[in-house]
Amino acid sequence: MSISPPSFQPISAATQSVAAHAQQSFLKRAFKHKSFTIGALLTLLLLFAATLSLVWTPWSPYEIDMALKLQKPSLAHWLGTDPFGRDVTSLLLVGARNSILVGVIAVGIGLLVGGGLGLLAAAKRGWVEELIMRLADFTFAFPAILSAIMMTAVFGAGIVNSIIAIGIFNIPNFARITRASANAVWAREYVLAARACGKGPWRITFEHVLPNISSVLIVQITIRFAIAILAEAALSYLGLGTQPPNPSWGRMLAEAQTLMFQAPQLAVFPGVAIVLAVLGLNLLGDGLRDLMDPRLARQR
Amino acid sequence: MGLFLLKRLTTLIATLVGASIVVFLVLEILPGDAALIMMGPDASPEAVKALSVKLGLDQPPLARYLSWIGGMLTGDLGQSYAYSSPVLDLILERLALTFPLALIAMTLTTVLALSAGIYAAMRHNKLGDVGLMSLTQVGIAIPNFWFAILLILLFSVHLQWFAAGGFPGWEDGVFEGLKAIFLPAISLAVVQSAILTRITRSSVLEVLREDFVRTARAKGLSKRATVWGHVLRNAMIPVITVMGLQFAELLAGTIVVENVFYLPGLGRLIFQAISNRDLIVVRNCVMLLATMVVVVNFIVDVLYAVIDPRVKASDI
Repeated sequence: MSISPPSFQPISAATQSVAAHAQQSFLKRAFKHKSFTIGALLTLLLLFAATLSLVWTPWSPYEIDMALKLQKPSLAHWLGTDPFGRDVTSLLLVGARNSILVGVIAVGIGLLVGGGLGLLAAAKRGWVEELIMRLADFTFAFPAILSAIMMTAVFGAGIVNSIIAIGIFNIPNFARITRASANAVWAREYVLAARACGKGPWRITFEHVLPNISSVLIVQITIRFAIAILAEAALSYLGLGTQPPNPSWGRMLAEAQTLMFQAPQLAVFPGVAIVLAVLGLNLLGDGLRDLMDPRLARQR
Repeated sequence: MGLFLLKRLTTLIATLVGASIVVFLVLEILPGDAALIMMGPDASPEAVKALSVKLGLDQPPLARYLSWIGGMLTGDLGQSYAYSSPVLDLILERLALTFPLALIAMTLTTVLALSAGIYAAMRHNKLGDVGLMSLTQVGIAIPNFWFAILLILLFSVHLQWFAAGGFPGWEDGVFEGLKAIFLPAISLAVVQSAILTRITRSSVLEVLREDFVRTARAKGLSKRATVWGHVLRNAMIPVITVMGLQFAELLAGTIVVENVFYLPGLGRLIFQAISNRDLIVVRNCVMLLATMVVVVNFIVDVLYAVIDPRVKASDI
């Protein structure tokens, strides 16, 4: 009786097959996850609105026509017009672009600076870690609005200052989460093996730590993005963020508040837009967290 | 307990010193000539120089910093440039509104969140739980200033039960004062309680899975008695942590909500001070708010030790 040798796939092909299967399984689970699906749809809607506004809006969001002021929703102006005769739908579409811009840059600042500091703290430990964490501690004393107030008092109101303020507010959050997750990875056996092979702290950080904490960071990005949209809206509402004539959901609400008796609908649409955008990002973050760590989903 | 308190107190003082340095650097050193910012670009150089001397800006930065800190410790916060009155008086006058507003909002947040969170946890995965959790998801996404505007639309514009804004002052009676800050407090509390409800629910659920809860139930204790007698105290640590963090959000929220309702509180004072370029008022108000945040987090740390003696043991 002859025994034929088992046929092995080449290692790279096997790895690819496992990765493809994992990806398929992730997508399958993702489509079945209610929070993820609703969150992803709402986030795609936000992205679509922002992208669409780059090439098309029903009317110009900057064109003032006092003859058309405070029109009720109609076929020509789906959500009506504002006190300057501008089309509310067009303003909302361009406002979406503005919110995404603020979110991307502010979260980018938090991720790069805070994430970098968190990785540094985990890699170096000792006094470096202590110093970074204590700095993060007292930055917590300044909520985004307080930071923005300080920036505005010195440099004046504007979208750039509000983005920087929200970005600074994001730094300690990313630093803490990155450091905590990175410390857990540094304690794993495969990192010990990498050190035994002679890899330095930075190589280990980029080759082993960063890929293993990326899921935590992705979830955090969606949550901080939602918070950045809320903070920008609040700052623009106060007149400290986006300045005229650029449309912003927060400023649209501030303008609507003075006309609540004549045109109450103006105070509704921008708020709904903010809620849908933030809700979408939060649900997406929740969904991603469940999908990337099923143990958490079972606990919740 | 003594060593635990000493450690926390040292951290509190270090954090306050750090925060004061940041505030001083941003609002005194970074602008270059603070007097020029306050008077505007059209002011004459002589007037700017005179204000510079009056504010002590001709002194070295370290001397100015120490003088500011010394002033804060002795109750001398300087003179407001725009109001020409002592900053301390302005702040105390505005705190008479902001403090009760924050206190009522925090109390409402706690009551709403604890009752809703415990209710949801006791009905885990049932209709009440799912419905409440969906509501909290929407609540978290609502900006407090928009919720405030919606409350004005409903209760002031349509039903006309409350004034759309303004504050009559406590001199007109406590009821009138409370009526004026009721809608602002609700708008702050509803959004904050959405977050706290979720934390309370997940924390209670986690403790409900513990062995000692199973033992208590096996001994014949009712579910309600187990929750009130054993679960709540153990579930409180994460809830109190989030409450401490939420206080910072709540204070930031008062700045916005006071502007929605045109309430003459601390938030509106800061906002007006920015418009007037009154850096001295901005500096002291920002420092006061930052101090409140840090002190509340200190109290939260101490509360940990009171609720869970294991915390202080491990810390020492």
